Amino acid sequence: MTRVVVDPITRIEGHLRIEATIEGGKITDAYSSGTMVRGFEKILKGRDPRDAWAFTERACGVCTTVHALASVRAVEDAIGVSVPRNAELVRNIMFCTQYVHDHVVHFYHLHALDWVDVVSALSADPVETSNIAKSISNWPKSSPKYFADIQTRLKTFVESGQLGIFANGYWGHPAYKLPKEVNLLGVAHYLEALEWQKEIVKIHTIFGGKNPHPNYLVGGIPCSFNLEDVNAINTEKLNLVAKLIKDAQTFVEQVYIPDLMAIAGFYKDWAAIGGGLKNYLVYGDLPTKGYGFPDSYKFPRGAILNRDLSKVYDVNGKDENEIKEYISHSWYKYSVGDKTGLHPWKGETEFNFTGPQPPFEQLQVENKYSWLKTPRWKDNPMEVGPLARLLVGYAKGSEEIKEVVDGALKTLDVPVEALFSTLGRTAARGLETRLTARWLKEFYDELILNLKGGDFSTFTREKWEPETWPTECQGVGLSEAPRGALAHWIRIKDRKIENYQLVVPSTWNASPRDAAGKRSAYEESLLETPVANDEQPLEIIRTIHSFDPCLACAVHVYDPEGKHLHQVTVN
Amino acid sequence: MHRVTDKSPYLSIGNKNFEDIPGVLRRHTAQLQDQVLNGRTSDRRRDPRLHSEGLLEKGGNMNNEVPSIWQSMKAKGYSRREFLFFCGVAVAAAGLKSSGLAQVVDAFEKKPRPPVVWLHFQECTCCSESFIRSSHPIVSDIIFDTLSLDYTETLQAASGFQAEKARDDAMKNNMGKYILLVEGSVPTGENGVYCMIGGKTSEQILKEAAEGAAAIVAWGSCASNGCIQAARPNPTNATPIHKLIDKPVIKVPGCPPIAEVMTAIVTHVLLFEQIPELDSQGRPKEFYSRRVHDTCYRRPFYDAGLFVESWDDDAARQGYCLYKMGCKGPNTYNACSVTKWNSNLSYPIQAGHGCIGCSEAGFWDAGPFYQHLGSFPGFGIESTADTIGTTAAAVAAGGVAVHAAASVIRKRKLVLEQRAEAAASEALYEEREAAAAGKKAEEEEGGEEQ
Repeated sequence: MTRVVVDPITRIEGHLRIEATIEGGKITDAYSSGTMVRGFEKILKGRDPRDAWAFTERACGVCTTVHALASVRAVEDAIGVSVPRNAELVRNIMFCTQYVHDHVVHFYHLHALDWVDVVSALSADPVETSNIAKSISNWPKSSPKYFADIQTRLKTFVESGQLGIFANGYWGHPAYKLPKEVNLLGVAHYLEALEWQKEIVKIHTIFGGKNPHPNYLVGGIPCSFNLEDVNAINTEKLNLVAKLIKDAQTFVEQVYIPDLMAIAGFYKDWAAIGGGLKNYLVYGDLPTKGYGFPDSYKFPRGAILNRDLSKVYDVNGKDENEIKEYISHSWYKYSVGDKTGLHPWKGETEFNFTGPQPPFEQLQVENKYSWLKTPRWKDNPMEVGPLARLLVGYAKGSEEIKEVVDGALKTLDVPVEALFSTLGRTAARGLETRLTARWLKEFYDELILNLKGGDFSTFTREKWEPETWPTECQGVGLSEAPRGALAHWIRIKDRKIENYQLVVPSTWNASPRDAAGKRSAYEESLLETPVANDEQPLEIIRTIHSFDPCLACAVHVYDPEGKHLHQVTVN
Repeated sequence: MHRVTDKSPYLSIGNKNFEDIPGVLRRHTAQLQDQVLNGRTSDRRRDPRLHSEGLLEKGGNMNNEVPSIWQSMKAKGYSRREFLFFCGVAVAAAGLKSSGLAQVVDAFEKKPRPPVVWLHFQECTCCSESFIRSSHPIVSDIIFDTLSLDYTETLQAASGFQAEKARDDAMKNNMGKYILLVEGSVPTGENGVYCMIGGKTSEQILKEAAEGAAAIVAWGSCASNGCIQAARPNPTNATPIHKLIDKPVIKVPGCPPIAEVMTAIVTHVLLFEQIPELDSQGRPKEFYSRRVHDTCYRRPFYDAGLFVESWDDDAARQGYCLYKMGCKGPNTYNACSVTKWNSNLSYPIQAGHGCIGCSEAGFWDAGPFYQHLGSFPGFGIESTADTIGTTAAAVAAGGVAVHAAASVIRKRKLVLEQRAEAAASEALYEEREAAAAGKKAEEEEGGEEQ
């Protein structure tokens, strides 16, 4: 038996450590640990609730905006205000922009090097790469000369002896299966995607002033529309949004999806690896008739247990029997004892680091071993993220979701069970990128229609002043970050934040075991994974990357005096 | 690294095969960097060691060297003429005399890609995300042609000990010569267990990396001033890096900093072979010498006393000044209103939201974002702006002449008072720092007693 430690896991956001035991070439057990903590909830206490979006947005700079959205929704829910349709449309546009950007960057820059062998691309035949490129897409950059130039650039780079970000990679590992010509295609599109990704985010800059971390506003959006002034969002800026959307659709349809399908075709064995948990949780998002009407969401809300797609359970964030957090294996202590789970409203936190003093070699995994808490839905460990969203949407009969999922299964000629895997997770991310790119245009068109009809409103004024709020109120903001289900809980007293709590996607997926010893998604998904070379954790990071880890926001601290919240309204 | 080079036939030179080409290259990379960082540009082709090891044949074959900027450009299809033009632009931008052209051409021809180590501590990765948004230069040109980004958890292929080895090798082989970029603050509470990588504390990793660094850059507000995790009550004792190392630090604050500012600061060091001039807080004057307010395109509305009074009101739809909505532009030093964001497209104020002051130390604790500045040093805006603001409707009705008169009077005052204001801001900052230092000392004393 070998104990393998992978720390740092790179090409993720945040600090993640995986320890795994390997026997007979397969993983027999795994432990996931978040090794950084900042203390957001403690910092938020006593602040103006209208500022909370800016604080929580800094939970993560990769999935920027999603925490800001969950936060303004939590405050709006608490003080009882709904935003104008234009504001919701702009929020939806920013949401979809975030998905398209984040998923493309994840695929090419955080995940691709797990599948694409850069060194093999050096000996590829550019003519053959060109033939492959032309056979799978109309993307114009596909000439033999183009790929030859990329190859020359790569050769020059490698010959320099300074390998930069490619140094010590797992090149030549037997788990790399792509023909060298496809590897060259992957390298070319790694570079193209790197250049393209800075364009799509300009939609955030137009509506939110900057990216990363654009601005949000409780009660609406901060920007105004004016078709008679250059000092607000006018036709020129709207035209730029339209162009960026069109370019995004082209890039996704002509580069990302063809690449994803081509690469997936060579890794069908990974459709039987890395499935892990059998339960999936989705809060849902992208309201088409208002945030208060979850049935209208493009991504439906619900939970699936034991991979049974015939039944989707309702999910209620205010029911104290549904979501609970455990700390049996987390570096905290509860006043009620470490074996009991607490609903976030009753959440309490006290740091209790019991791990080895650094520098150390191994964690004491039989005890506490992570800064992440362990959330459970009705005491079930749940996977969240793109795969969960597509499964719940599929099971709930969303025509748009069924279309892209069935199309991909047909193209790859695999059964629906193939989705429950590392490959399925990676494919699901691409498929929902297709959807969000299409929806970008839908929401944009509706926005134009509203403006055409004379509706320019972007802000609801009535509850802006804290004097208009009740002395005490509380709310929940539910959303779907690119990495999965995201929720913020807020309690306001005397116009200040009394308690603020976040339960985020990577807490669900990356957490340590619960009190009953049940593994969370990362740990479960690594079981049975074949490992060809103990020294090179390629297979481990492949599966872990399929979740798109995002650790900074997964670790945070609950209010030590956190009290029971009596009346929370959840839509 | 070894996998690649051991197997790569194209690394053989001429008809000769060499057992340790990567090692040879590495050694000479270090030597070249020494020349560059010490301002020496001696001709590498004359180095006898190169010939003795057979790396270069007599007369020199540039293709066998570590690629210079010229070689990188050539490989990408630029002509010699275009390269020389590029050198000329660099000379002009540096403010050098044209007689300096030859040296610049020489330096660009010979410079290997400088090694860079990018560390990640308590951060949200928004700085890395911002960096890859750079439009000029684009990021692939930087990481593949300009720098050798030998360690960055966000992008590098290797994980675990292979990643750590890449970092350790880069440091060991380039001792005293690599550039250290740090994203994130360092928690010193509870012996550093609030941020650990590979079983080590972030403080230990930072100190080891700082030891041999030629230049150290603090990316963003986290590394520069602690940012959000250092906001009250700073639960993990998040600490900016300059307080933990005794070397000069180039601070590039902002949450995040602007992409093109980040890439410009790195290229400034490389192109001009010197650290950019810094202000008293350690920020490059090139980007942090002006307040957002001073260069804001909405400044004329401020001067004319025309303010947004409520979100999405008529004034907001005409882009009036956001001062009364809490804009912190008047005491925030940053390039947002000039360099702007995401390829010079816009910035927070242009998109209708006030500046939250994200590049200033302690900005999270500088009052609610939507409460306008109670007092800021200088020309008494707290009274004047409010007075003018309440009569804005009347002023607007009064027509152009009234605007112009108000504007001229204010502007005249402004020219005289800007300097005093800047000085006062600085004094305020120093006062705050001193108070914070005093408080910390007190706490430490208290801690010892317990």
